[in-house]
Amino acid sequence: MKEPLRRAVLLFALLAVITGIVYPLAVTLIAGAAFPFPAHGSLVAGDDGRVIGSALIGRNFTAPFYFQGRPSATPVTAYNASHSGGSNLGPTNPVLLQQVAGRVQALREAGVADPLPADLVMASGSGLDPHISLDAALVQVPAVAKARGLPEEEVRALVMAEAVDSPFLGAYVNVLSLNLALDRKEGEHGAR
Amino acid sequence: MTSPDPLMDAAAAALFLLLVTGAALLFSSYIHRVFSGGVSAGLPGRIERAVYRFIGTSPEEEEGWRGYTRDLLIFNGIGFTALFALLLLQGVLPLNPQGVGAFDPLTAVNAAVSFVTNTNWQVYSGEVSASYLTQMAGFTVQNFLSAATGICIAIAVMRGLTRRPTDRQGRSIDRTGRSTDRIGNFWVDMTRSVLYILLPLALAAALLLASQGAIQNLDAHVTAGSQTIAMGPVASQVAIKLLGTNGGGFFAANSAHPYENPTPVTNLIEAFLILLVPAALPFTFGRMAGAMRQGWAIYAVMLTIYVAALGGLYAAELAGNPLVGELGVSGISMEGKEVRFGLLGTALFATSTTATSCGAVDAMHDSLTPLGGMVPMLLILLGEVVFGGVGSGFYSIVGFVVVAVFIAGLMIGRTPEFLGKKIEAAEMQMAVVTVLVPGVLVLLLSGIALALPGATGNPGPHGLSEVVYAFASMSNNNGSAFAGLDATGPFYVLAGALAMAVGRFAPAIAMLALAGSMAEKRPVPPGPGTLPAASPVFVAWTVLIILLVGGLTFFPLLAMGPVAEYLMMAGGV
Repeated sequence: MKEPLRRAVLLFALLAVITGIVYPLAVTLIAGAAFPFPAHGSLVAGDDGRVIGSALIGRNFTAPFYFQGRPSATPVTAYNASHSGGSNLGPTNPVLLQQVAGRVQALREAGVADPLPADLVMASGSGLDPHISLDAALVQVPAVAKARGLPEEEVRALVMAEAVDSPFLGAYVNVLSLNLALDRKEGEHGAR
Repeated sequence: MTSPDPLMDAAAAALFLLLVTGAALLFSSYIHRVFSGGVSAGLPGRIERAVYRFIGTSPEEEEGWRGYTRDLLIFNGIGFTALFALLLLQGVLPLNPQGVGAFDPLTAVNAAVSFVTNTNWQVYSGEVSASYLTQMAGFTVQNFLSAATGICIAIAVMRGLTRRPTDRQGRSIDRTGRSTDRIGNFWVDMTRSVLYILLPLALAAALLLASQGAIQNLDAHVTAGSQTIAMGPVASQVAIKLLGTNGGGFFAANSAHPYENPTPVTNLIEAFLILLVPAALPFTFGRMAGAMRQGWAIYAVMLTIYVAALGGLYAAELAGNPLVGELGVSGISMEGKEVRFGLLGTALFATSTTATSCGAVDAMHDSLTPLGGMVPMLLILLGEVVFGGVGSGFYSIVGFVVVAVFIAGLMIGRTPEFLGKKIEAAEMQMAVVTVLVPGVLVLLLSGIALALPGATGNPGPHGLSEVVYAFASMSNNNGSAFAGLDATGPFYVLAGALAMAVGRFAPAIAMLALAGSMAEKRPVPPGPGTLPAASPVFVAWTVLIILLVGGLTFFPLLAMGPVAEYLMMAGGV
């Protein structure tokens, strides 16, 4: 019994150092040197150099002059990027159906027309989904254009320019990137 | 949403599985060489021999199944103790920029058992409760070592089944002339599994994922306006959580989190990494037995069930949720899903992670449609033999193959034998333990849970599904969840730890015993009375046995859970 125990302790210690210290630190060093931008979170800085968000992490846009992202069910606040997660509501749960009905109504009141794409009224798994489908962006165009006082065609063209096409997913849009482009566009028309 | 195109998706899925199969074939040859000492030359060999000198063993020093099992259990016990201690001490240790405190002792027991048993059931949220040191030196270490433990057992079982030469007294002997009921040296197998198989793959995969957007740093959380963004050494953890079919996420949202799984492409890479090692092991077995047909037969059993499950999950989600459609919403149900993975990516990941014992998720399984959610549940309940966990999938399906051989033998009146070795009462007992223990755990513990005050997050049949899924996941060491269930109470924490430990080690010990007993047997040459265990008929038969055992054990639960919920949904309740 003593001999196997001695071997177990020694081998465990050795492999723990290799896999738990050397390996993650090696990945950290190499990734940090070779891909510093993604390794540190694909962070996006504003004009003043301060971090305004991550290109990969969704944020909560509620103002009428911004495109909305997906509903988020993260704890405490929507788009809580220090505590990810989904609603875990089952498909027949009345709470889920009430939530969806409420979001449908809110969108209609904001001037978004049916049919509403599911991703715009159902919460993502991570609660941090940075994307919406192209359809979910297009249905918001009239409302956003009105709030901005911009021509609809111009806003639609902006959406199309931001859309990433993907053979198996259909096209989708990064909401933060779209809203930043929208702000820049309006900047050209004169500051709001 | 642009609606998915089933034909395109089917073609893409076929291509994906072709890639997995090709890679598994290639990789199986490497694994075979690793365990026959074929890569132990040059610099890696010198390092390897230095390890053996350090711990005081050598590859020539082999053990019988009892010694092998003893070493394995002691090693895992040390792993548990170290992780448990780390979880209690993380508050005062370095690499903790957020200053998180210690785990409470019950949660620490659960989490330590969870990671040592390759389950990675998580009752805590990674980004909230675990320091970077815990993620690296605690969880990542066990991701490697529990996966390597699985590989060790699988290889030992292969040796037991395939060792051939006999001496004049009819006892098995190896090349050096010793009697062999011996099935290997655990320390050597463990060292080789980690250094030659898991570590190089994980390093490559981690860097690949990091180049695509998975983060890898030791930074404190970043504040951006009103949002605080969690950071950490993520890519190194994600790579091994997939390769080792562990599945424990760095973040609570697991592979749905954009920092763990940033793009459609990384999603496919991650699903591939989950399947790679478990898919390679049947072929490794074929090579070791000198009968690739046998490897293909086992692989065919796995692939058949996998394809059926993937198709079922995809179809159920494509049909969508009519209750939501009635509200004026178009497209498939998106609750718990990410836009960037699409239907195919979500279905591939959910099938792969529950066919194996991985349990990482890129969508919340609790929010899948009733029949869509039943597929992952069923795959877990079948005992995770469809590729299965790294190592555990292989040795568990051998349990089913032995049962299939035995029943077929009884039915047609032939002596049951596998690879020329007779299957007798002792082997059958061990195979039945392997096949039935997880199911017994699920039924018993779910029953007790249902008698206790509710912890479910959803009402009605879906609540039953949550409870069954939880104990299925823990007993079979998967780790995914219908996560609406509140599993943080003392019953779930302790019963869960018990389920994970028994569900892991009872089948493992049973299969090592089977290997020891088979290793002693003298193989007889195949005669006209031999049942060929590599024919298409036998493949279909084994699939049937797996479905029959799973179906008979769990049909009532499935009928009252997901099926009842489906009928409710279709009826518009």
